[in-house]
Amino acid sequence: MKLDETKTGMTVRIDSLDESTLKQRLMTMGLIPGTRVEILNSAPMGDPIALRLRSYNLAMRRDDAAKIHVTQIN
Amino acid sequence: MSTLSVALTGNPNTGKSTIFNELTGARQKIGNWPGVTVDKKVGVIEHNGRKISVIDLPGTYSINARSQEEQVVSDFFKQNKPDIVVNIIDASNISRNLFLTVQLMENGIPLILNLNMMDEAERHGIKIDMKKLEAAFGMPVTNTVGRSNKSVRKLLDVFTNAVMTNYKPSELINEHIEKIRNIERSGLAAAKVEEEIISARYDLIDKIMSQAVTVNSAGKTLTDKLDAVLANGVSSLVLMVAIFYLMFQISFNWIGQPLADLVGEFFDETLAPSAAEAMAESGVADWMQSLVSDGIIAGVGAVINFVPLIFTLFLCLSFLDGTGYMARVAFVMDPIMRRAGLSGKSIMPLVMGFGCGVPAIMGARALDTHKDRMISILVTPFLTCNAKVPILALFAAMFFPDNAANIVFAMYFVGIAVAILMAKILGATTFKGQESTFLLELPPYRLPDVKTVLLEAWDKGKGYLIKAGTIIFAMSVMIWFLSNFNSDGMTEDMDTSYLAGIGSAMSTVFAPQGFDTWEAGAAIATGIMAKEAVVSTIGILYGADEDAIATDSDEETEETAQTLLATAMGGAFTPLTALAFMVFSQLYSPCMTALGTIKKETQSWKWMGFAFVYTCAVAWVASLLVYQIGKLLGFE
Repeated sequence: MKLDETKTGMTVRIDSLDESTLKQRLMTMGLIPGTRVEILNSAPMGDPIALRLRSYNLAMRRDDAAKIHVTQIN
Repeated sequence: MSTLSVALTGNPNTGKSTIFNELTGARQKIGNWPGVTVDKKVGVIEHNGRKISVIDLPGTYSINARSQEEQVVSDFFKQNKPDIVVNIIDASNISRNLFLTVQLMENGIPLILNLNMMDEAERHGIKIDMKKLEAAFGMPVTNTVGRSNKSVRKLLDVFTNAVMTNYKPSELINEHIEKIRNIERSGLAAAKVEEEIISARYDLIDKIMSQAVTVNSAGKTLTDKLDAVLANGVSSLVLMVAIFYLMFQISFNWIGQPLADLVGEFFDETLAPSAAEAMAESGVADWMQSLVSDGIIAGVGAVINFVPLIFTLFLCLSFLDGTGYMARVAFVMDPIMRRAGLSGKSIMPLVMGFGCGVPAIMGARALDTHKDRMISILVTPFLTCNAKVPILALFAAMFFPDNAANIVFAMYFVGIAVAILMAKILGATTFKGQESTFLLELPPYRLPDVKTVLLEAWDKGKGYLIKAGTIIFAMSVMIWFLSNFNSDGMTEDMDTSYLAGIGSAMSTVFAPQGFDTWEAGAAIATGIMAKEAVVSTIGILYGADEDAIATDSDEETEETAQTLLATAMGGAFTPLTALAFMVFSQLYSPCMTALGTIKKETQSWKWMGFAFVYTCAVAWVASLLVYQIGKLLGFE
C-alpha cells in the first residue's frame, strides 16, 4: 500500500519511493527503504499527516505520502 | 597567539543557537551572508588567554545546496578552513542528525561531535555510548545540556585544548568514503548517484547506531500527549485561535499598548513642548522650529510609538517559536492555506501582517519554495496593518456612525479576501507549475531558553527600529517641506504648496471613484511613505487643529470625526465615496518601509516595482467597483 492510505496508529516499513522532484529531500530526511514509520496524528480534514521515524516527528502532505510505498508491520 | 576560529553547524531544532548565545552572550554581531537573506552570526570571546571567534552557521539537514541555508553552509566550507568545526547533534534525534555529520566527514572536514540534550534523549529511551561513538567516527565526542551554562562553558576548554590533528577518521569512515567514490565513478545518472549516496549514508548511520546507541521504546512522551490536543483534528484550530488571541491581547492591550501610550505621552507632552520652548528661547529661525516640531518630532514620534508593540509581539513570537508550537501552527493551518494557494508555513508571516507588513515580509524567508515565498510577500500588503486601522476607524466613525465597527470589520475582510484571491491568481499565472511542498519537522516541545528568546526578539525589533527610524525620519522632513514650500519659497497657504500640486495631479486618477479632491490625492500620496500619514495629512489639509486629530480610543475617534465633519471634509466625501476611499486605502501600495523590505527580501527592484504597481491597480479597480456599483444601486 501507499503511505497516504495508512491510518493513525499503524506502523509500516518503507518499500520504495516513486520518482519525483521531492525524492532526494525525502531520502535526506531519513525516508529510506527499510525504515520503520509510525503514523501519528493528522491536521484538521486529515491532511497533512504526522509521522514518527528515526526517533523524530515529520509532517507531510498526503499527496507527497502517495509517492511512498509501504508494508504494514503491526 | 592567533585567534582560534570555531564554526557551529548542525540541523535545525538542535539547540545550536542556544549554545551559541551561551558561548558568546551579547558579544555577537548579526549580519547577512552575501547575496542571500540568511542571518550571519559571529561572536568573539576570550578564554584561557586565547581569542576565540565563533560563527553560527544556519541550521541545515544537509549541504546539498537545495536551499539558501544549505548553500551558505556548503560555500562556507568550500571557502574557509576553521580551526574547529563543532557539529551540534540533538541526541534525542541522533539518527537523522548524523546524516549531516557523515556528509561533512565525506568532505574531509574534521569535527567535534557535540551531543546536546542528552537528558531528553534518555527520557525518550535513547542511550548513547560516547566512547563507542568516538571510536566509530574517529573524532572527539562531547556533550552539553542545552540550557546549562556550565556544560556549555566546558566546551570552551575543549576548543582551546583540542588538537584536531590528533584525530583521524576511523576505518569505518574511510571505507564509507571509498564506497561513495565508487558510486560517483559508477557512471549512473546523476539523480541515481545521489540517491545511492544517500542510502549509503544511512547504511553507515544504521551501522554506527547499532554499535553505539540503544533505543528502547519510552511509551508516550509529553510531546505525544500535547500533540494529541494541539496538533490533531478540529480542537487544534480552536486552541490556535485562543493562543493567538492571547498573544494579541498581550501585545496590543495588556503590555505593548500601555507602554506605547507612555512613550507617546512623553513625545507629545514633554519632548515636543520643551523642544519648542528651547528653540523659541534661543531664537532659532521660524522655519527651523517648524521643521523640528511639526516635521521631525511629530514624524519620528509616530514610529517610536510602535516600538513597544513590535517588541512585545516579537517577544511572544520568539517564545512560541522556541517551544516548538509554531511548527504545529503551520501543520494545522496547511489544509486551509493550501486551498488559498499557499503553504501552511505562510501562516506565521501573514498573521504578523495584521500587525506590521515589514516583519511579515521578512518572515517569508522561512518558507520552503520560491513560489511560497513570493506569493506570501506579494499578498501581505493587502492585510490590515496597524497603521491602516486609524484610516478605517476615522472614516467609519465619520460617515457610518451607526455601523462603524461593522464597516471596519468588513474592511479587514476585504483585505483577507483580496489576499486569498490574489494568492490564487498569482499561483495559477506568474508562478504556475512551480512546486509548493510541505515537509516539516515537528520538534519536541521544549521550554525555550530565556536568553535566546530575548536576543532573538531584540535582534528583530532592532532591525525594525533602525529601518523604520531612518526612512520615517527622512519622510517626515520631506512631507514637512512639501506642505510648507512652493516654487516661491516657504508658504503659509497650504493650498499653493508642492503637496497641493502633487495632490491635484493624483486626484485626476480618482475621478471615476468619486474622491477626486486634491486633499484626498495628497493623503494617498503621503500614505505611500507611511500609512500613518494618511489621517494626519487629511487632518492638516482640512484645517483641523492638529491636537484634535487622535484615534487612540473610541471616544477620541468619535470626537475627531465630529471635528472633521464640521470642516470642508464633511462635504468632500459622501458615504459612498468614503467607502471607496477606505477600500482604496486598505489595498493600495505597501508603505515605503515595506517596499524597501520587499526589495531586500526578493533581491530585485523588478519585484518591488511589481508589488507597487499591481497593488495600486487592484486597489484602483476595487474602489472603482465599490463606487460604480454603489451608484447603480442608488447609494450616494
